[in-house]
Amino acid sequence: MTQDKKKSPEKNVAWVKEPQLGMSGKSYLLLFLQGLTTTLRHLFSRKKTVESPDQRHEIPDSLIYRGVHRLNRDEQGRVKCVACFLCATACPAHCIDIVAAESPWPDREKYPQTFTIDELRCIFCGMCEEACPVDAIELTSLYDLSGKSREEMVFDKEKLLSVYDLTKDQEPPRTKRSGGTTSNPKPPTK
Amino acid sequence: MPTILIDNRELTIPAGQKLNAIEAARMLGIKIPHYCWHPGLSIVGSCRMCLVEIGSRDPKSGKITMQPKLMPACNTLATDNLVVVTDSEKVAHARAMVEEGLLLRHPVDCPICDKAGECKLQDYYFKYGQDERRADIRPFTSRRRDLGDVTLFVDRCVMCSRCVRFANEVSGTSELMITGRGAHEEINVVPGYPLNNKLSGNVVDLCPVGALGDKDFLYKQRVWFLESHPSVCTGCSTGCSIWIEENQDRIYRIKPRQNPFVNQWWICNDGRYDYPHVHDARRVTQPRGSTADWTTLPGQLREALQSAGRLAAVVSPFLSVEEAYLLCKLIRDIDKNAVLALGPVPTVGEDERFPKGFIISAEKCPNRRGVEAVLAYFSGQVTGFEELLSEIDLGQIQGAWVSGGYKADWIGLATAARFQRLKLLVVQDLFPSPLMEIATHALPGAAYAERPGSYVNRNDRLQTAAQAIRPPAGVRTEGSLLWELSCRKGLYSPGAVLTEVAREIGYFSAALGPVPETGVDLKANLLAQASPVQPNQA
Repeated sequence: MTQDKKKSPEKNVAWVKEPQLGMSGKSYLLLFLQGLTTTLRHLFSRKKTVESPDQRHEIPDSLIYRGVHRLNRDEQGRVKCVACFLCATACPAHCIDIVAAESPWPDREKYPQTFTIDELRCIFCGMCEEACPVDAIELTSLYDLSGKSREEMVFDKEKLLSVYDLTKDQEPPRTKRSGGTTSNPKPPTK
Repeated sequence: MPTILIDNRELTIPAGQKLNAIEAARMLGIKIPHYCWHPGLSIVGSCRMCLVEIGSRDPKSGKITMQPKLMPACNTLATDNLVVVTDSEKVAHARAMVEEGLLLRHPVDCPICDKAGECKLQDYYFKYGQDERRADIRPFTSRRRDLGDVTLFVDRCVMCSRCVRFANEVSGTSELMITGRGAHEEINVVPGYPLNNKLSGNVVDLCPVGALGDKDFLYKQRVWFLESHPSVCTGCSTGCSIWIEENQDRIYRIKPRQNPFVNQWWICNDGRYDYPHVHDARRVTQPRGSTADWTTLPGQLREALQSAGRLAAVVSPFLSVEEAYLLCKLIRDIDKNAVLALGPVPTVGEDERFPKGFIISAEKCPNRRGVEAVLAYFSGQVTGFEELLSEIDLGQIQGAWVSGGYKADWIGLATAARFQRLKLLVVQDLFPSPLMEIATHALPGAAYAERPGSYVNRNDRLQTAAQAIRPPAGVRTEGSLLWELSCRKGLYSPGAVLTEVAREIGYFSAALGPVPETGVDLKANLLAQASPVQPNQA
């Protein structure tokens, strides 16, 4: 094998050998001290633990935090969702269930008659948020999700909209766009 | 035999075939994109998506002369020495430009469009379109227009005029038309004359984009959730080949399956919207009686049949060939002199014929011919339902097995009462009926989408349907129950039964071996059957 290696025509391949341990390395003393320093530094630094639930964690960046879902509303207070099923398609946990219907509004074709998310089944991966073409579904920074029964943890459309009402001031919707097909800026002639 | 050259590959077209360049290229596995061309409709060449380079080869010198302009492949006949180039830069550019043109006035509301996922505009744009969209138009909502049986999304239309040609040529009703000119062209109907013919559902399948929406399917499911299963329509004795599209054991739509021998590309609305009875809440889903339990029931049934005395079986024309055979064999094995009768054959009006040969049969059951052939094999002649009733009235029969499967009420109170005197009455049916109420054993039956099997249509063509969905809990399919009652080992295998049927019954001998997707013609064997030596005697 070694001979083959020497003869190897691959000039771009660099062979790396494991470094030999010296006296200090073999005694582990240096590494031991390094580890202890880390421990001591944390012992005397500012505490990061909080007394949850009396105190709340501060989420440094709510934009990238993946907590409870919400369904956004448009300017007129209607649900922004157009019932395209793309979140349900992207969802790896199959926790989104939508029943689509013809929308009661003239400027919209389709809307979700029901929209339910099984929060217990959800793995909070954020794929639904990424798939949504109209930015209707978003993950908020609410992390303390609890309920008394399984049924309670299946969030319906009203519940998801209420999460929006609860969080819209701290976390405004990520984009201002009103959605893929909600408005008709230039109606076709005739 | 004409020899043509497509993308430097030679193709010899079999004699007698009249193909255009799209079909010829398809024989070599080369796809030429197209919107407006459809093999079942006339050629208009309006979409310009199939533009290719056309030329000719001098048969003597072999010199190729190309035409300076691109030509539509759909309107180019594959004649001898034709040269077609589909992979040149010129063709690719033309396709990209056509795609750009079509998308200029398209709403691009794919997320809410029901066609998304099976849309030719999507597919072709990804394959042949440009990387970037130069026209900066925001997506908008398409206008909607009610055309009668279908909804038109006006702005999604690419004006291929397939639907208009379908209404003119295939259904022959000519409801649809194009109004306006140039960029203002739109599909429309004359006010007061909506699209409402028996074949209207086909325009939705024909539409290459999401312009025509099926009112029955609109907004129900996204197409990528659906799974298709090859099946046979049981609405009438035409026996159209269909796809049953389901998601999680729920049928969402029925689509035609191309079969040049039966229905070509079409199905009628009766068959297309026939599926709701499968999910009807009134269906019988449990065997009746407190002791009725599927683990013990087959044993009880067998015992009851053996001790009943003279038996009879009513073989429904809704049963598949395999189920009819198993039922007849089971009853005849128990009682050698059992009466085997054909169930009532529902007939409504007269056959409806359409200009291009599509027929909606008056006989509203899928398998009268197949069941009759099985009955004729077992008892020499086909006993009718009335004959059986009169035998029951005479008191010559003590036990009967009645198979149903009818989609609507099929037996009246008076007729059912004539079964009252029987000691044993086993009824397996879809819906509650007066007969079911007086039955000693009332069993739930499976709907057509829930059981695999073969059906013989009005032209003696045997087609095999796959099981598309599972029956509701508590329902055992006719085939599997009869299979167990016949003391056969393992799971119900319709393929094995069909092989047995094909070996034993001369009429079915063409069905030996795998049945192709388009079915087999049993008529070819009618001659063999007429010959003195029968296959089962030889």
